[in-house]
Amino acid sequence: MDKYSIIIVGGGPAGLAAAYGAWKSEKFRESDKILIIERDKELGGILNQCIHNGFGLHYFKEELTGPEYAERFVRMLEDSPIEIMTDTMVLEITRESEGIKVCTIGKNVGYTNLYADTIVLSMGCRERTRGAIGISGTRPAGVFTAGTAQRYVNIEGYMPGRRVVVLGSGDIGLIMARRMTLEGAKVLACVELMPFSSGLTRNIVQCLHDYDIPLYLSHTITEIRGEKRVEQVVMSRVDENRRPIAGSEVVFDCDTLLLSVGLIPENELSKTANIELDMRTGGPVVSESMETSSSGIFACGNVLHVHDLVDFVSQEGERAGISAISYVHEISQGREKSDIFKLINGANVSYTVPQRMDMARISNNTTVFFRVNRVFAQSRISVTSGGVEIVSYKRTHMLPAEMERILLPKKILERANGDITISCTEETR
Amino acid sequence: MTKLICIVCPKGCHLQVDVGDTIVVTGHACNRGVEYGKNELKNPVRVITSTVRIENAIYRRIPVKTASPIPKPLIRKAMLLLDKISLAAPVEVGQIVVEDICGTGIPFVASRSMERVEKAEG
Ligand SMILES: Cc1cc2nc3c(=O)[nH]c(=O)nc-3n(C[C@H](O)[C@H](O)[C@H](O)COP(=O)(O)OP(=O)(O)OC[C@H]3O[C@@H](n4cnc5c(N)ncnc54)[C@H](O)[C@@H]3O)c2cc1C
Ligand code: SF4
Repeated sequence: MDKYSIIIVGGGPAGLAAAYGAWKSEKFRESDKILIIERDKELGGILNQCIHNGFGLHYFKEELTGPEYAERFVRMLEDSPIEIMTDTMVLEITRESEGIKVCTIGKNVGYTNLYADTIVLSMGCRERTRGAIGISGTRPAGVFTAGTAQRYVNIEGYMPGRRVVVLGSGDIGLIMARRMTLEGAKVLACVELMPFSSGLTRNIVQCLHDYDIPLYLSHTITEIRGEKRVEQVVMSRVDENRRPIAGSEVVFDCDTLLLSVGLIPENELSKTANIELDMRTGGPVVSESMETSSSGIFACGNVLHVHDLVDFVSQEGERAGISAISYVHEISQGREKSDIFKLINGANVSYTVPQRMDMARISNNTTVFFRVNRVFAQSRISVTSGGVEIVSYKRTHMLPAEMERILLPKKILERANGDITISCTEETR
Repeated sequence: MTKLICIVCPKGCHLQVDVGDTIVVTGHACNRGVEYGKNELKNPVRVITSTVRIENAIYRRIPVKTASPIPKPLIRKAMLLLDKISLAAPVEVGQIVVEDICGTGIPFVASRSMERVEKAEG
């Protein structure tokens, strides 16, 4: 029977980095077999369609486009013994006595069961669709998620429409507003339900302001009109409770509505593997070594929580890969138990990743990602344990749209004597 | 005084640019912000990314980018240059696609490699 040390599910930046991290780790031995399974025709994940630049500033210290970033990573694996299966999809992950069973179906392999000591989940996320937010009106052609439109324009070479309204100010929506404009379409408006944008500020500037595309905050689309094709959409202002205000309607004549209303981590497989999910992130609950509640199964990238920067996806992926290869060799020697501390969301923090600390396995520096639940000016991030502050950090501004990150050195974490709370407060000057 | 948001990196610093005898930038977290603030008032530039047609490759389009930022007023013209281009695989990342964008000396380059495939799919 073919048994792998690590099977990586998904060959986007997270999966590629996991493979690289495991291979380059000091724990890696010649006999270790690593496999990446990718359902698409090629590796690279969503990056292949993100042709804009802005990737890699942290990781490669230069500004790359999505495809360039992906290609660099694929090349880094070129001389490695890592096996790759494209056009192959993982259907189910279960635990059997022989190891973890990965049930796959693919163009070249047919229907096959593969076995592994450890799994890295890196399936990314998918877009929320119109059904998920329920807009009233007819059901004509011309309503696309922004990412689908991105694939049509950038990879397939089709224009989804000529007069466009974008609902949601997520990064994909903003990037597509610019992209469609450059390709000759007229983008009439970008409509955001919340009083603040959910995309990066730089994208508001370089995608909307640069092309004079108006951004309507605290507005939503309340109706779609058209028989065969979208003909009009109706925009309304919303009150503090996000309910549309009667009488505030504005009608746009357009043939296309792009939705950029959020991403959902793709965790159907995690569910079949009985992995505990975090309601707040939509992804698995993990320890600082990226291990899920199911021992030997690790997760990284957008499947874990939605990232806005691929650089951090790569960093997280490497960590997962290193942890997975360490695990392979730990189980052969019997794995010791250790103290698990929880990371608790304190004031104004809406989630953290990781959610747990496996105290015996913390590395020299642990990165904790989190998001705040409102806009902050001068502010302070406080890390406490047992009511005592173990460290604090300052920020000049924080936004719910931008993922925050703190680096916890091992010697500081060792001061924790129980669960750890992260909270944020505004500083008055 | 002009308020700008630096777009050089995802941090998005809020800059203030004051024009007197010299241009003074404040609010930046790093020096690239100063350069951006000055340029943005004098000669705003952007990197432009798009795609061009390609034959005999895995897909029908290949992504391209300006090798460095080009002046904002040239964006439209630069885009029109791409309409006429059709490449044939194989193409290497960094390969020049348009030599000189509107007299700037800046080229459009391929932003990925594409191998030759016998029958193009999708
Ligand atoms: C439109 C857009 C714009 C962005 N802009 C920026 C930016 O400007 N700068 C920046 O730094 N970051 C940006 N990002 C973020 C960054 O691209 C993502 O965070 C990153 O690609 C996530 O990587 P991933 O590997 O987790 O997921 P993905 O790239 O989605 O990869 C997941 C892979 O898993 C595969 N897969 C899923 N399920 C299975 C299965 N069952 N079996 C086999 N394979 C499977 C998928 O086919 C896919 O290839 C952007 C993202 C998007 C969508
Ligand atoms: S000033 Fe520096 S840190 Fe701030 S956004 Fe610009 S490049 Fe980034």
